[in-house]
Amino acid sequence: MDDYIKQLEYPTDANLILTKKNKIKKFLTENYPAKIKKNIAVLGGSTTHDIVKVLELFLLYNGIQAEFYECEYNQYYEDIMYNNEALKAFKPDIIWLHTTYRNIENLPEITDSKETVNEKLEAEYNKYFSMWQKCFEDYKCTIIQNNFEQPFFRIMGNKDISDYHGIMNFISRLNMKFYDFAQNSANFYINDINYTASSYGLKEWHDLSAWYLYKYCCKMGAVPYLAFSVSRIIKSIYGKNKKGFVLDLDNTLWGGIVGDDGVENLELGTETAAAQAYTEFQSYLKKLSSLGVILNINSKNDEKNAIAGLNHPDSLLKPDDFISIKANWNPKSQNMEEIAQELSLGTDSLVFVDDNPAEREIVRTQVKNACVPDISQVEQYIKEIDKYGYFEITALSKDDLAKNDMYKANMERVKLKQTFSNYNDYLLSLDMKAVIKPFEAIYMQRIAQLTNKSNQFNLTTKRYSQSEIEQIAQDKNYITLYGKLTDKFGDNGVVSVVIGKIINDELHIELWLMSCRVLKRDMEFAMMDELILQAKKLHISKIFGYYYPTAKNAMVKDFYEIQGYTKIKEDDIGNSTWEYKIPQIYENKNKVINVN
Amino acid sequence: MNKEEVYSDLNEVFKDVFDDETITVNENTTADDIEMWDSFEHINLISAVEKKFAIKFNMKEIVELHNVGEMADLILSKLA
Repeated sequence: MDDYIKQLEYPTDANLILTKKNKIKKFLTENYPAKIKKNIAVLGGSTTHDIVKVLELFLLYNGIQAEFYECEYNQYYEDIMYNNEALKAFKPDIIWLHTTYRNIENLPEITDSKETVNEKLEAEYNKYFSMWQKCFEDYKCTIIQNNFEQPFFRIMGNKDISDYHGIMNFISRLNMKFYDFAQNSANFYINDINYTASSYGLKEWHDLSAWYLYKYCCKMGAVPYLAFSVSRIIKSIYGKNKKGFVLDLDNTLWGGIVGDDGVENLELGTETAAAQAYTEFQSYLKKLSSLGVILNINSKNDEKNAIAGLNHPDSLLKPDDFISIKANWNPKSQNMEEIAQELSLGTDSLVFVDDNPAEREIVRTQVKNACVPDISQVEQYIKEIDKYGYFEITALSKDDLAKNDMYKANMERVKLKQTFSNYNDYLLSLDMKAVIKPFEAIYMQRIAQLTNKSNQFNLTTKRYSQSEIEQIAQDKNYITLYGKLTDKFGDNGVVSVVIGKIINDELHIELWLMSCRVLKRDMEFAMMDELILQAKKLHISKIFGYYYPTAKNAMVKDFYEIQGYTKIKEDDIGNSTWEYKIPQIYENKNKVINVN
Repeated sequence: MNKEEVYSDLNEVFKDVFDDETITVNENTTADDIEMWDSFEHINLISAVEKKFAIKFNMKEIVELHNVGEMADLILSKLA
């Protein structure tokens, strides 16, 4: 089974996945308990049967259990535009519009004038535009839309791409219009089938007998790659991305062994082929880091040598680019655990990269759920790591871009903490300021992201899409609060989210979460103070809190007790209900954060 | 490869694709005899057979297959 499961990290043997899909599904259902359930409507302009079966496997592997709705063959337009009751009843969280160049109805002709081609382009775009609008209106769901892949023939040869009569040219222009829409729309993602087809090999991708016989847009062998691409988007939307790298140094970030060879003899820079390859790998990591992927070091070295290596004039990555640097002689599995702890992250969200297969094996076997890609030669590193889509970006929030700064500021706070003997004095010295307010438009993306990413400080682990968050924010039957925390080391961004549903004079807390990066800062008390203030304004007399245990949220088991709530119910799996009667005079619990 | 070996290999492929260890195919087996053999699984069956014997069927050949016997004969002719 291990061989099959490896195929779900990245497919290499399409035939194996396609023939063993039932066995794999059975194994996953039994061994990978899915944490979230989503309804996914796949509306195809070509056959979707096996694509859906394989997509289901990739999602299960990522902890997402999907129910699928498939439209009748090529009925995607009708299903969306003419109120399909079955689709309505299905209530999709995601609609994937699986259309391909075969579905373009208005392709240009050689005899067309420029104006006619432009009109065709508009007509084609408008067809999709109206489908997207209708999806948003009717289902308030997320949309994944394929772009168009290139066809397998070129009427005019090379000129087909540059002349407006060319199908290649037409498809490029249509794709550009899709991208413009994507850049200006929330909850809308392009599945780059054009890339998937090219990287598979266009000539291989277009298997015409698969099209004529079975109406598949691609060769069967390409189906897993197509499904994998879509699964990457979905897992990213629901917060299943990895968060960072834990990197070895010698022969991983540079050629040579710094302790033996000396800094001046490391292969880095432009002098040799290997030096160029290591440098390009560093540049790849640095680019990812600018997207918010956090970098750490786990190396068997004296720390002094490790730092000296990173200060090599040709090293693009400097000591400052890393959050945690473990250069010592401890087992790498132990370092890995410690790094995860320092960053308040699960070991399953870190990717360990090491050229030494023995070290990879130790981490793979000793660290729970560690992610350890196999790498071979330096010239292959980028390809070998990039293909997994560990850090697939669906939303690029400001917080992500500043994430490295935030982790670094956190390290500074840890240092400062050590100089205070009284914890309260330390908290006061942080000079914390919070903004705690009902959900606001600019934070919707971040709020939705937090509901999907937070596992530890999360009382109910309820997940919301951005459109659901937007709806709740408008609904008078809810009290919503976001909390943003700043201190003298920097802005932590939005770190806490609370959603309470009002029923008569009672408030039921459906969601209470906080990012672990602000643990033990009394932010949860500041949030409670504000919630009670808002509740009082609405003449609410009682608040009910709920705690639903998961594998990861034990840290908040006693949260409501600490907040002064009384437990009124607990079932045999530990789900508990807590009650709080709002007193006439309420004294704020937070004394260290300046609010609003 | 003789006819017997082809049938034995084909049987493995059928068991795999339809996830059923009890399947034994003979020359008269058709889609009606195997519950899961529908038009959707047909394409996986064809791909798996092509992979197993390292051969390729063209479109006309696929359309004209009516039972396992014809499939085995076609495989033998391609391996010859």
